[in-house]
Amino acid sequence: MTALPDAAEPAVQAAGPAEETPSSRGMLRYALSKAGGALFSIAMVVIGTFFVFRLLPGDPVRNLAQGRNMTPEQLDLERHRLGLDQSLINQFFDFVGDTLRLDLGTSYEYKRPVLDLIGERLGPTLLLAGTGLVIAVSLGLWQGIHAGWRHGSRFDRFSTGTSLVLWSVPTFWLGLLLMMVFGVGIGPIPGLLPFRGSESIDAPDGFAYVLDVAAHMVLPCLTLVAVVYAQYLLVMRSSLLEEVSQDYITVARAKGLRDDDVRRRHAVPNALLPTVTLVFMRIGFVVGGAVTVETIFTWPGLGQLFYEAVSVPDFTLMQGTFLLITVSVIVMNTLADVVYHMIDPRVRSA
Amino acid sequence: MSLLELDDVSVTYRIASGEVPAVRGVSLSLDAGAALGVAGESGSGKSTLAMALLRLLPKEARVGGRILLDGDDVLTMKWGRMRAVRWAEASIVFQGAQHGLNPVRKIGDQIAEPLLTHNLAKPDEARRRVTELLEQVGLPAWRARSYPHELSGGQRQRVMIAMALACSPRLIIADEPTTALDVMVQAQVLSLIKELVAEHGISLIMISHDLSVLADVCDQLAVMYAGRLVEHGPSREVFREARHPYSKALAAAFPTVGDPGSRMAPKGLGGDPPDPMQLPGGCSFHPRCPVAVDGCSTLDVQLWPAGPGRTAACVHARAEEEVS
Repeated sequence: MTALPDAAEPAVQAAGPAEETPSSRGMLRYALSKAGGALFSIAMVVIGTFFVFRLLPGDPVRNLAQGRNMTPEQLDLERHRLGLDQSLINQFFDFVGDTLRLDLGTSYEYKRPVLDLIGERLGPTLLLAGTGLVIAVSLGLWQGIHAGWRHGSRFDRFSTGTSLVLWSVPTFWLGLLLMMVFGVGIGPIPGLLPFRGSESIDAPDGFAYVLDVAAHMVLPCLTLVAVVYAQYLLVMRSSLLEEVSQDYITVARAKGLRDDDVRRRHAVPNALLPTVTLVFMRIGFVVGGAVTVETIFTWPGLGQLFYEAVSVPDFTLMQGTFLLITVSVIVMNTLADVVYHMIDPRVRSA
Repeated sequence: MSLLELDDVSVTYRIASGEVPAVRGVSLSLDAGAALGVAGESGSGKSTLAMALLRLLPKEARVGGRILLDGDDVLTMKWGRMRAVRWAEASIVFQGAQHGLNPVRKIGDQIAEPLLTHNLAKPDEARRRVTELLEQVGLPAWRARSYPHELSGGQRQRVMIAMALACSPRLIIADEPTTALDVMVQAQVLSLIKELVAEHGISLIMISHDLSVLADVCDQLAVMYAGRLVEHGPSREVFREARHPYSKALAAAFPTVGDPGSRMAPKGLGGDPPDPMQLPGGCSFHPRCPVAVDGCSTLDVQLWPAGPGRTAACVHARAEEEVS
């Protein structure tokens, strides 16, 4: 809707009750209280993480020693080096202190700081999962809007049906299928796209490098998008259907607006609100990468790192990636609350 | 010439299990500046009829007959012309207390929207007009920056009225404008509608189940039952001495304020309105009618003359007329 120029009218403004002119101070207070809640959640996660990983069965030192001949003395020495010979309480305070200093410990397997490992893998993951998210959200919302607006139409049945089928397909199966068809090639048809890693071994420089990485991204990205976009479509579709039956949509039609304008100006902005929460939650999970997709396509991201950490098992590495994912989900949820508060006037005054 | 003329208008919904006749052969006319009340229970087809006037019904609805607005048939208009007619020539007051306003748009923008859509004003002119309209309905100018949820039900209904007046239409259709408001606010909103309509010479079609409200605001009254017009005439006369037993029951369903007699003997109507897919033969009202006679289930009732300027679709009304 066309916004009217908001000329300053201090006298008239003052006539309105104070609580009905949303103040930036109220907004700040709301954001701070949400941030406080988020900090508390993060603290609980840090504490929980420590104990959960100590409760896991198996002796990390014995796991590390697998296949090697070590004397009990050597094992004790190793235990001492890792700080595992200390009492649980001491270990706990060490862990909390280290975490506060952003020291996530040293990986058992890689013998390198966990933070460095995460740093290396973060880029490729953000690239793959981030691109996947943007495409899935745009595709899902767009199809959801059109399916909901003309619900029961051929487009609705086709797009909703297709997305549901893809959603039900196991990720690894679809990934392998795409890899076979487009990566390896079937019969006389050669493989068209690379499917291992994020770049070629002899990767060129400059723009050609960008193209090389993009080519490597196609298949994992396609898999990622195909299996998740249905949820955006379905949320958007049902949310739009709910709005369309409201009286104010009929009012907008009665005002003489074009069908497209009724949809764009009235139905969609309202229907988008519930999807905001969903999208922000998904952004939170982006740093977790896509464990399955990254593993299948050997994409050097966090998901793959997490997978490796679990299969060793490498406790500090698992602990570190686990913390990273939970913290990012909590942060994004908090942001979702704040953004929702900003865009929905009804929540603002509640 | 009358501003609005309905000629044998029918609306049929096509659903999976068959056809549902919601409005059956309604003919009415409305003079410029006049006010017509349409009464009936829920399901009588009164709101469907109102929505048909601006072709706001869903795709499943098929509208027959002719709806002449200022001589132009609404039903055969091209969509571009239809959109131009909407709100600029005829606007609607919905139950704003419920969901008639977009919850996330400022009300000033919502009132200005039809002005801008129809290119009747530039943004700054529209802003001034919004202030003016808000004043007309008794709301302060700063309310333009409020959201619907910040207003009370009565205030929202005032906003709906201001919005309907925005393009200075010739006809306003008010669909249950006072439902879901408390009695005091209802009275205020009603007198506001009455006042503004008279002041601007706008024609009004008001839809309600409350005959006393309609009798108060409108000159003419049309009573609908099961998609048909069952009585039509000057509103006070129809309200005071209805000829059709259904109108009588409707009039008696609301106690007249200040008349203790009507409070002592409330007269409800038993039963439910008929299923439009299985309408009873003859007069559709006969199964619930307290004065039905043998012929009622087979006789093809029509709107027969029932006094000066009045018609009623009841054998008793016709009999009385023939006697006199």
